[in-house]
Amino acid sequence: MVSATSSTLVYLIAIPLFSSAFLLLGGRALDRIGHLIGTAASTSSFAVALVELNKMLGRDEEARGVTQHLFTWINVGSFKVDATLLLDQLSICFVLLITGVGTLIHIYSISYMSHDIDRRRFFAYLNLFIAAMLLLVLGNSYLNLYVGWEGVGLASYLLIGFWNQKPTYATAAKKAFVANRVGDVGLSLAVMIAFVQFGSVTFDGVAKGIESGSASSTALNAMGAAILLAAVGKSAQFPLQAWLGDAMAGPTPVSALIHAATMVTAGVYLISRSNFVFDNAPTAQLLVVIVGAVTLLFGAVIGMAKDDIKKALAASTMSQIGYMILATGMGPAGYAFAMMHLLTHGFFKAGMFLGAGSVMHGMNDEVDMRKYGALRKVMPITFATFGLGYLAIIGIPPFAGFYSKDKIIETAFNAGGNKGIILGCVTLLGASITAFYMTRVMLMTFFGTKRWDSAAHPHESPWLMTIPMILLSIGSVTTGFIFSNGDRLKNFLAPVVDSHHHEHESELLAPIVVTGLAMLAVAIGVSIAVAKYGRKAIPASAPTDVTVWTKVARRDLLQDDFNETVFMRPGQSLTRVLAFLDKRVVDGAVSGVGAMTLRLAGDLRKTQTGYVRSYALLILLGTVAILTAILVVTL
Amino acid sequence: MNLAAIVQDQTSHSEAVLFYLLAPITVLCALGMLLVKKAVHSALLLATVMISLAIFYILNEAPFLGIVQIIVYTGAVMMLFLFILMLVGVDSADSLVETIKGQRALGIVAALGVAGLLIALVSKGNLGRPFVGLLMANGEGNVQGIARLIFVQYVWAFEVISALLITAAIGAMVLAHREPDSDQKDQRGLSEDRVRQSSQPVAGLPGPGTFARHNAVDIPALLPDGSTSDLSVSDVIAARGHLAKPADYKFIETSDDDREEK
Amino acid sequence: MNPMNYIYLSCILFSLGAAGVLLRRNAIVVFMCIELMLNAANLAFVTFSRMNGSLDGQIVAFFTMVVAACEVVVGLAIIVTIYRSRRSASVDDARLLRL
Repeated sequence: MVSATSSTLVYLIAIPLFSSAFLLLGGRALDRIGHLIGTAASTSSFAVALVELNKMLGRDEEARGVTQHLFTWINVGSFKVDATLLLDQLSICFVLLITGVGTLIHIYSISYMSHDIDRRRFFAYLNLFIAAMLLLVLGNSYLNLYVGWEGVGLASYLLIGFWNQKPTYATAAKKAFVANRVGDVGLSLAVMIAFVQFGSVTFDGVAKGIESGSASSTALNAMGAAILLAAVGKSAQFPLQAWLGDAMAGPTPVSALIHAATMVTAGVYLISRSNFVFDNAPTAQLLVVIVGAVTLLFGAVIGMAKDDIKKALAASTMSQIGYMILATGMGPAGYAFAMMHLLTHGFFKAGMFLGAGSVMHGMNDEVDMRKYGALRKVMPITFATFGLGYLAIIGIPPFAGFYSKDKIIETAFNAGGNKGIILGCVTLLGASITAFYMTRVMLMTFFGTKRWDSAAHPHESPWLMTIPMILLSIGSVTTGFIFSNGDRLKNFLAPVVDSHHHEHESELLAPIVVTGLAMLAVAIGVSIAVAKYGRKAIPASAPTDVTVWTKVARRDLLQDDFNETVFMRPGQSLTRVLAFLDKRVVDGAVSGVGAMTLRLAGDLRKTQTGYVRSYALLILLGTVAILTAILVVTL
Repeated sequence: MNLAAIVQDQTSHSEAVLFYLLAPITVLCALGMLLVKKAVHSALLLATVMISLAIFYILNEAPFLGIVQIIVYTGAVMMLFLFILMLVGVDSADSLVETIKGQRALGIVAALGVAGLLIALVSKGNLGRPFVGLLMANGEGNVQGIARLIFVQYVWAFEVISALLITAAIGAMVLAHREPDSDQKDQRGLSEDRVRQSSQPVAGLPGPGTFARHNAVDIPALLPDGSTSDLSVSDVIAARGHLAKPADYKFIETSDDDREEK
Repeated sequence: MNPMNYIYLSCILFSLGAAGVLLRRNAIVVFMCIELMLNAANLAFVTFSRMNGSLDGQIVAFFTMVVAACEVVVGLAIIVTIYRSRRSASVDDARLLRL
């Protein structure tokens, strides 16, 4: 399905990459124009992406992909990897999302970071991220993808720890990187399995290899599990989700771009791209579904108990990506819907994060929602854009989330049998809880009574911040309809993810029933939230006489505690023991040899007395020894 | 020399007597050399040992070597030792207290060990034939035999050793040479010093009486500072008060015309 | 009498000389003991020359004597020099080459 070669794909990556290098190397001299250069680079990438989309739409449906060979990267024996870029229907969706939302966030950051002395460095890192993420989605092999994978991990680390003067922020960056690293083991294993089984690591090569049936099902399941591990690490799914909450230490544009719209969706991309593996590895697919379902509820429950607006949105992201992962586990029917939800989520979640940033900007960087309240009159544009995003995420028609989430719930039910019913109920429950906690966020922030600090003067944000929010909210409103009308997105992606044109399985429930159940779940959630937070006054500090479930949810469902007890503390003890052994035993042995040599030398030194007579005595004793030896030998 | 003794493994009876007489003396003298406190006694005991060794050489049909031993070793080397002892301190006596721990015990053990082992090892070997004796080798005479060997077979060693001798002599001279302690001035140096010191007259002070004008018995002599010396006149004259004063006698001018021109 | 007796005497004299080197402290007496050792070796050479019937042993003894004389000359000059600078003729006093 790849038609031709292109010569322009490289510009997508090269422009932000060179801009990033230029901004970093330019130093303080570029401080006054750094943000403009960064934004220009991102916009240029977006322009190139639009041109590519235009070209792609003009091509035949079955042959829409293009490649660009850059250079031969590794050529060792039978292992050959080219640095080649591949742009097909799946990649173009991501490319547009990354560059489009990325550019809007660049514009937002010009104003948001205007008081920060390191703004130029921030834009350099943002450009680096854009370049790396584009490399991730444009790579034509698992290894090329890996380069981008690592690159976004690096950019995430740099951006989360942007204000690394605060030790907790630096620690959060490290935590994110380490959790990503654990997942990266999975990707390495997948590359290795691919090479061993198929002799090639390109997507094309692996797909052909699987088609020819040269791999055992154990190998395919193992590869699928490895890919899932990588996706879990990058997309903050259970059990590697603990880093996402702490990643909110970074500036809000970072949270919007990386930890809502793009990087955390890389896992979904990876699984979708590896559809040929999962479609032939049922055990791995089941694991995917389980991970997605568990995370869905996990994130939702955590989101209910968070008072920090950014952490609540992060938990929401975790949960929504759980939806996407669950959809990718549904086989050929699900990939397109996962993509749809990914794209719509990119719009409304990024929009909500930017809104949260706007609220924080107006409230002196305060994040505790208990200190918000009644902000809708003071920040009307923020309220409007945030509100549209809110409606989209809880799934109110005709906003974007309704279409995408509905389709996922439908596909869940259609999985058939007990599995279908369980998954369907889980997704419905998730929808209900999502409605609950998002309504809670809305009520605590924009409605109710003022609970502001005396020093806060909330005001609307400048237009450089509000324009991107408005544009994103337009996306929250319209993209759902655009993508699902006439199965447009599904048909667009079909040549890539649905290569065998599987027929729809029989539907368990009629679509309209599913929609009705979903609406009911949402209504229940909203009304409980309104009853709890809309009518009664909200306490200024978090109440302590709560149920154990709330306490547990406040502690991120004990994931951090589990990680610490099971991995961190034993690891630290092991490190302590090893350091002790190294110091005492290894270094002790080495210094012991030295000390022994010194002692031996000191004792031997005493033979050099300086007395000629002692030396003569030694000579004579030596002679006696030799004579004795001769005597003994000749005896 | 008894011809029968040549083919047997025995030496002559007289030789045996001489040996058994001298050998204990030699050993005792050597032991004494070790044990006496004064170094001069050691030197003399060693000279005794060397003389008895010379006798042994002569007994062993090496008359040349025996005489050389007395002349060179006893006569020259031991005398040299005694000279040096004189220089170094003939009174210096070694204290017999041993300063290095264990040296005495181990030393005696080592020496006894060496002696015992050497004797044991040597006695294990035998020639496998009766000893030959030097009757044939000394046919022309011992000196001629030795000369033949030195100047024909061992001439290279001979030349090297003579070079060694010369080097040793020069080396000893260099080592023992001592610069004089102070700069002894020679005659020229002394006179230069005299000229330099202008307070002294160059020719030296005149002898006593050079400037005396009067030799009368009642005029006292003048001391260098111009005062008179009471010791130069008789006490009687001084007691009588007939001492004359030199200043009473004036110098009589004579004219130059009276002098003859010669 | 077996000429080997001379050899035994030579061994005894040699070990006495060795004991003297170890046990005496006056440098000149030590030197004299070394001379005793050389003389013992000369006696052995002369005896062996007689036992073997050739004069080579005597030649070696002769050369040994010459070399010993040279050695005595230079050695005593050294002792005198050391005595002049250090005022002591004891071998124990020259122990600066130590650790």
